[in-house]
Formats: sequence, structure tokens, C-alpha cells
Amino acid sequence: MSTAADALGWWGVPLAVLGGAIRVSTPFLFVSLGECLTERAGRINLGLEGTLIMGAMSGYATALHTGSPWAGVLVAGLAGLVFGLLHGAICSLPRVNDIAVGIGLMLLGTGLAFFLGKPYIQPKAPGLPALELGWWSSIPQVQAALKINALFLIGAVCAPIMLWWLKNARTGLVVRTVGDSADAARALGFPVIATRIWATAAGGFLAGVGGAFLSLYYPGSWSEGLSSGQGITAVALVIFARWNPMGCLYASLLFGGAGALGPALQSVGVTQGYYLFNALPYALTLGVMIIACSPRRTLAGAPGELGVTN
Amino acid sequence: MTRSDGWAATIDAVAIPVLAILVALILFGAFVAVHGVDPFAAYRLMFEGAFGSAFSWQNSLLRSAPLILTALCTALPARAGLVVIGAEGALALGGLAAAAVGHLLDGAGGTVTITMMGIAAAIVGGAWVALAGALRYWRGVNETIASLLLVYIAIALFNHLVEGLLRDPASLNKPSTPPIAEDAMIGSIPGLDVHWGLVAGLVLCLAFWVLIERTTTGFAIRLIGDNPKAAKLAGLRLGGYILAVCGLGGAAAGLAGLYEVAAVHGQANASLLVGYGFTGILVSFLARHNPLAIIPVAILIGGIGASGGLLQRRLDLPDAAVLVLQGILFVTILASETMYGRIRWRLPRIVAERRAA
Repeated sequence: MSTAADALGWWGVPLAVLGGAIRVSTPFLFVSLGECLTERAGRINLGLEGTLIMGAMSGYATALHTGSPWAGVLVAGLAGLVFGLLHGAICSLPRVNDIAVGIGLMLLGTGLAFFLGKPYIQPKAPGLPALELGWWSSIPQVQAALKINALFLIGAVCAPIMLWWLKNARTGLVVRTVGDSADAARALGFPVIATRIWATAAGGFLAGVGGAFLSLYYPGSWSEGLSSGQGITAVALVIFARWNPMGCLYASLLFGGAGALGPALQSVGVTQGYYLFNALPYALTLGVMIIACSPRRTLAGAPGELGVTN
Repeated sequence: MTRSDGWAATIDAVAIPVLAILVALILFGAFVAVHGVDPFAAYRLMFEGAFGSAFSWQNSLLRSAPLILTALCTALPARAGLVVIGAEGALALGGLAAAAVGHLLDGAGGTVTITMMGIAAAIVGGAWVALAGALRYWRGVNETIASLLLVYIAIALFNHLVEGLLRDPASLNKPSTPPIAEDAMIGSIPGLDVHWGLVAGLVLCLAFWVLIERTTTGFAIRLIGDNPKAAKLAGLRLGGYILAVCGLGGAAAGLAGLYEVAAVHGQANASLLVGYGFTGILVSFLARHNPLAIIPVAILIGGIGASGGLLQRRLDLPDAAVLVLQGILFVTILASETMYGRIRWRLPRIVAERRAA
């Protein structure tokens, strides 16, 4: 078996990137789906970076105390929900800027998670199970690449459901109308503020679940350096995905692949530029924003009420 | 936003932040109380650790110096309507540039070296943040997200260079750049154990306040912030102003890196990246982006930071307690924005009568 593995050589890199893309993309996927929902209702929540860390900490602590990683996922989501409600409620006050509140909640979420998470840095919580889709191969790298976590599949199913819901469901229509024109929504009798608060809360729930993936599956433990920028990258990714949930899925996979390149190269002995490879997703995000944005026109698919693209 | 009656707006500007700080302290007290800590003991220790003795004052001032400089990185662009949160990256790269120049000019004499280090730090920090402004103006990229992404990229570049090209082979456990020469170190203000970065911060705050509030350039910047369409109609060249405010703000944050290297650590390493850039965002918002207000706010927040160690030792609170208080403070201060112009202050009758007369 080891000979088969060695024979892979450099072929191990694309394989590891593929497997890594799925693994690394999951938190991107959940945060970007959450942010997509929030932004479709006309609000931007930059605080999802803090929500992600809070979800990672609370999910890990719950899994440790209850012994059930899925209870951890649920609690992580609920913690995210609370942060989303907070953001939604504060931004509903007149003249409060949603971008600034997001920065504030980013710092608050990080601080709270570090404070409450101190006792959980050492102990080992039970992780989320993975589906062994590589059972047919005898090559360990193939098996490793096809070891797919159930949360990724849940996220991947959420994307088309959210797309369908936004397009066809009545509540989806309410969210889109509120996001495109608050005046039109008010004229139609839709509750603008309540819709935005709930869209932000639901977005926070998804981001919290994404955080649970970080601490309960990959990298799979709680530490203070767990998330550095995945949350904000996912927020930027929504712009790239043109506010389309399926676009969020594809973009997350692309970014996950970029994030997996560094560790993959390291595994075949390339250690030069380790930090630079780790910064690749951020540089890529900046790159796609430069290409995707334009100073003159509003972006296709951008919710009309959104302050992020003007 | 501002009311026609100036005195009420002035009371607003002082009373509302004070109220928000009080609410934040109460919330923080409740938070530590839940964790079995007497909130009043925490308040007392925080005051003791921040301003209770000459030593703690020195510690607070030492921490406030980089906060003043990094807060300017958010405050200046904010006056032109931009939310820039990239000071941490400018501090990292500015400090690194200063360390590199300091090493290159080893032996060139103190004054020359320090001057060149300062220029390098300001240019690198300024260029880094101006990049976010340029992307905003020419490509319409959201400057908040871009500046934060640039922070992560800057930190990666910083680590890459400190552990590679610029590494001092003698630094084994903690990768660092070569130490700068003794004569190129920036000393303390006479009579205080606080380096000159504090004075630099005070001078820059004053200079930027004059620039924003008392010059035509400042008027143009404020117009761009308040009403970009009107500014464009008035024929202002927005791009130049946006680059200028971002560049000047970034240069200030780059100088924060210079003082951390040349006055505190003597070399560039991971000790630079302790979050001054992020706390500076809070300082700027708390000061409502007014350069003069940044000074007392930075001393207050620096003091809270300085008291963190005492809270940890005496009350067994995690060091992140300071981060929690800062986060709560940030959120209450933003929520308090909604109060401006809505409180009906009453003048004492005698003052009101005199005014009416």
C-alpha cells in the first residue's frame, strides 16, 4: 500500500487539493450561505467572522460536555442565531450603520469566544463523523481525499434549497422584496424590519454551524487561532457569487481548493512560502473582487438596498 | 445629523459617549458577575491598573501611543465616508520596513537611520492602506472588506519575510529581524518612561484636526464624506482625496509600527502583532473620528488594556476579559449613535433667559 502511495508522488497534490477543497470549503459554504440570506434582505453582517469563532467555541464546549458532536452543531447554530438577532436588532435602530456594527460584533464575538473558551483548549471533544466514500480504493490518499463530512453534504443540499426558496416561496419573495426596495416592501405590507432581523438571525445560525465544523471536524480542535479571516472571506465571496446560493457553493469550493494548496504542497515537501500559500484565499478574494466589482454600475444581482456595492 | 442649536449638539457629543461607556461597564460587570467575580472589585482593579499610580499611568500611556496612531488610520478615511479597518496590516509592514532599513543603515549614525526608518515606515504603511482606497475608487471594491483582507495578506507577508529573507539567524526560538543598532533606538520622553511615539501621536492628531476642521482641503474631505454626489458636482477630484486620506491614515499606522520596533522591541517579530490595529478601530469610532477626541479615548482604552494583567492575576479572569469589555464598548457606542439629536437637553433656566434676552 505504501508503494502505491509513494508512486502517486506529485499526483498527490491535485488529489489533496480536491479533498482539501471539500474539507476547507465547508465553513466558507455555511458562512457565505448565511451572509447571502442576510444580504438578500438588504443588510450586510461583517460580524460573521466573530460568529464563526463563537460557533466554533460553543460547539466544541457542548460536544465535550454532552459527548454528542451534533448537539455541538446545534448549540453553535443557536449561538450564531443570538449574534444575528443582536446585529439585526441594533441595526434596526435609526441611523446605526450595519457595517460598523458588524466590526463591533466581530471583536465582541472573538473576545467572548476567547474568554469562555479558555478551559477548552486542552481537552479533546468527540468530532463529527465522516463518510468514507473512498472505500473502493486501496490508495490512502484517495481514501483521505474522499473522506467527506456530513456537514458539507448538508451545506451542499442547503444551497439549491435556498435558491429554490428565494425564487418560489412566498417568504423568499418577501426577503427579496425587502432587500431590493424597502419602500416597495412597505407598500405591499411586508414587515421590513422584522424580515431583516430574522434574515440576519438565520444567517447567523448558518455561520455558527460553519464554526462548529472548524472545531469539530477540520482542523478539529478549539484554539484561539482557529479562524483568521475565513468569515470575512466568505462575506466577500457572496459578492463574487452574485448573491446566488449555488454560486456560493461553487465559490466556496474554489476558495477551499486555494486554501488546501499550501498544506498539500507541504505534504510533498515544499515548505518554501508556507505563509504565502496560506494567504492565497485572501489574495484570491481580493483578486475576484477587483474583477467582479465596478465603480460605474451596480452589480447584476445585487440587492437594491445593500450598502456594500454602491 | 447636527442640530441648529450648537450647545445641545455639544452636550450630545460628550454625554452620549459617556453614557455608552457607563452602559458598557455595567454590562461588563454583569458578565463577570455571572462568572463569580465581584464586579466592583473588577472596576476598582481596572482603575488601579489603568490610572491608579504613576507606574500604571506610564503603562497606559505606553499602550495609548500606538492606539492613537492606528486610530488615525480609521478616523481620516472615515471623514471622507470610508470605513477602513486595515491599520494592523500597515503597522506590521511599516514596522517591518523600519526594521529592514534600520538593519541596512547599520552604522550610518542615529539621526539619519531613525529618519530613514520613519520615512520607510510611513511610506509602506501609507501605500498599503492607499491600496484599499484605490481599489474603492477605481474598481468600486468595498473598502472595509478590502482593507481587512489586506491585513491578512500583510500578516502573511510579514511572517514570510521575518522567517525567511529578513530573519536574523541568531533568533532561534522566536524568528525576528536583526536587532537595530543602539544609536538608532528611539528613547523616552524626558521624565517619563514613555517613548516619543506618544508625542508623535499628539502632534499628528493636532495636525490632522487642523487639516480636517480648519482648511479648505478638510472641508472638501468632509463634503465627500457627507455628500459624495454634491462633491462630484462641485468638481472635486474624489480619487485624489480618497488616496490622500487613506495614505495619510496608513502612514500614521505605519509609524505606530516604527515606534513598536525602534522604541519598544528593537526588532520586528510576532510581538508587533498584538492587535493595536484592531483596537485602534474601536478608539476611532469611540472618538467619532475626531482626531482631537482620539487622544483621551486612546488613553482610556490603553488604560483598560494595561489593567488586563491585574484582572488576570488578582481575579483569575482570562486575559480576553479586556477583549470582551472592548467588544461590549464597541457595540454600545454604535448603538448610541441613534441617540444623537433625540435627547431634549434643558438649559438651566437662568442661562436660557439670558440667551433669550
